[in-house]
Amino acid sequence: MSASKFRQLRVTAYTVCTAAGTGRAATLNALDERRSGLTRNDFGPSPLATWIGRVAGLEADPLPAAWAEWECRNNRLAWRGLVSDDFNDEVAAARERYGAERVAVVIGTSTASIGASEDAYRRLEPDGRYPPDLRRPIVHTPHSLGNFVQHALGLRGIAVTVATACSSSAKVFGQAERLIRAGLADAAVVGGVDTLCGSTLFGFNSLELIASECCKPFDVARHGINIGEAAGFALLERDAASGPWLLGYGESSDAHHMSAPHPEGVGARRALQDALESAGLTPASIDYINLHGTATLKNDEVEARLVADLFPSRTFASSTKGWTGHTLGAAGIVEAAISLLALEHGVLPGTLNTEQLDPVCGPQIRRENERRRAQRALSFSFGFGGSNCVLAFGRGDLQ
Amino acid sequence: MSAALPSVAIEGIAFWHTRLPGWATARAVIRGERDAPPTAEKRPTPSLLAPTERRRAPDTVALALEVASGACEAAGRSPSQLRAVFASTYGDLGISDYMCATLAGTPTLISPTKFHNSVHNAAAGYWSIGTSSHAPYTAISAYRHTFGNAVLEAATQVACEGQSVVCVAFDVEATGPLGTVAPSRGLLGVALVLAPPGSESHRALTLRVEQGSAANITPARSPAAALVADNALAPCLPFFEALADPATGNVVLALSDHSLLHAQVR
Repeated sequence: MSASKFRQLRVTAYTVCTAAGTGRAATLNALDERRSGLTRNDFGPSPLATWIGRVAGLEADPLPAAWAEWECRNNRLAWRGLVSDDFNDEVAAARERYGAERVAVVIGTSTASIGASEDAYRRLEPDGRYPPDLRRPIVHTPHSLGNFVQHALGLRGIAVTVATACSSSAKVFGQAERLIRAGLADAAVVGGVDTLCGSTLFGFNSLELIASECCKPFDVARHGINIGEAAGFALLERDAASGPWLLGYGESSDAHHMSAPHPEGVGARRALQDALESAGLTPASIDYINLHGTATLKNDEVEARLVADLFPSRTFASSTKGWTGHTLGAAGIVEAAISLLALEHGVLPGTLNTEQLDPVCGPQIRRENERRRAQRALSFSFGFGGSNCVLAFGRGDLQ
Repeated sequence: MSAALPSVAIEGIAFWHTRLPGWATARAVIRGERDAPPTAEKRPTPSLLAPTERRRAPDTVALALEVASGACEAAGRSPSQLRAVFASTYGDLGISDYMCATLAGTPTLISPTKFHNSVHNAAAGYWSIGTSSHAPYTAISAYRHTFGNAVLEAATQVACEGQSVVCVAFDVEATGPLGTVAPSRGLLGVALVLAPPGSESHRALTLRVEQGSAANITPARSPAAALVADNALAPCLPFFEALADPATGNVVLALSDHSLLHAQVR
């Protein structure tokens, strides 16, 4: 058996929902007007002194009654994402075209609905059991998300949740592309959702990676991340007439450390090379890069070196974490969506909040926005456990 | 409507359960050739980890690394060359219990080590570090359908990339209140090395995705079934019953509430 060649797919629908905006138009406006979604942390009973990317109003926005079994903050945000930009209608049309069993669901998250389990532990019954409203096994598993998305969209094919920390909802593009290439699906809903929860806020705090002020990616004085929450989805199809292209992707492992990137970016470089190779591209053909740019000391240093080494100065690179915060398992899809918006509208977002770029940055990394036609974009996602993924997208009118 | 993948070779098999520690033991018990050992093992001690790390490693990591290494050894493959698919229904239930309990009381005292071990890809991350592998890994979950999805993803990678893949699935014992909604007892880990078809000496696995409900799933039938039934990964057992039988066997696993994985082992 020889390997089959990567086959480019169209992104026939996509949406994104973050603290900076719900849906594509609101997100584009926030990017264009440099309006951050970050606010002072007011999440949970004893909020840490930091800033967060909180999506407004989820507390007052329960799931439709039919989905009560999946009720939790993470699935509420998933639902808000699914109905943004009529994404669910686009999927319904694909379901009609291909059949409900031929549209796969491959969805990423880092913590899924662990927030529901955290809530249960704060409200345990005297006998140690969960409160009755939280005795719903499906929300206490990582697959809470993938299972909900499949049911909410009325799909009946393959459904799987990918949980590789911050690369989760980038890697879903790869897994879905392989399912389609192998003939196991005709289309796939990919994406990811992560919501604010104690595990990540206090967990990253324990690693001393949380910034007390707004995050400043690539700033010489950066002090860590702001955690954000987000939902984003994309519909990938093999046989479609229009829509931007998934040109390629690359995945790799650092094999270095559980919570720190490889100092020379060995894994990141490999994922980038594989993405370019699968897309048949060279660094010179890349107009825009949405960097992982978390604003931790190490991530940004490694990433800045990689970009300075490999890309021409005309490539425009930035981190958009200043708008959304680090949305962890949703970062891949959020930044894929921002890359697609940049290609579609020629609005290249700079790096918000950053005052003085670290000298390690090359001329590629920009603070200010720019209006420029861009044909091809990359999105970088590098995560805990050394899991890396780079996605390559192109405008739909590329030949 | 169904869709099939090209056949892949099963080059290596590993199995570890608290009462069935190792594939040789598990296979013999499945075949009715011997009884299970009378006492339960606590947990495996994977040689991939240094002795100090072995003690500190969470159960999920010890279990996953034990079976991943075992399958690679059985296949005669160097682990650093293989892509990897890790899968677990619940991830590390003990650490999730710790995280939730600590967050409910003293959230600022969360242990940084426990936090980074709490991610679903912790075992996969330790595997890549321990084997110095830069090959991609993934970490997936699909509730009761986790094992079927793991095998399908691994075989799909073999078919698409033309490379060998180690496929690892594991679930551990639940602790604390979480165990009332996410029940799982004992430790059960399994691994396969799947490869492009080569020599005739390996068994071939052919997978087909089809429609159907839970009523179509192959039940576990062997004497091992009762031993592993209360572990969240128990739905994998019928597949290993087929592997324990030298004759051609067919197994139906679940992929989602409405889709099935038909696996034929020749």
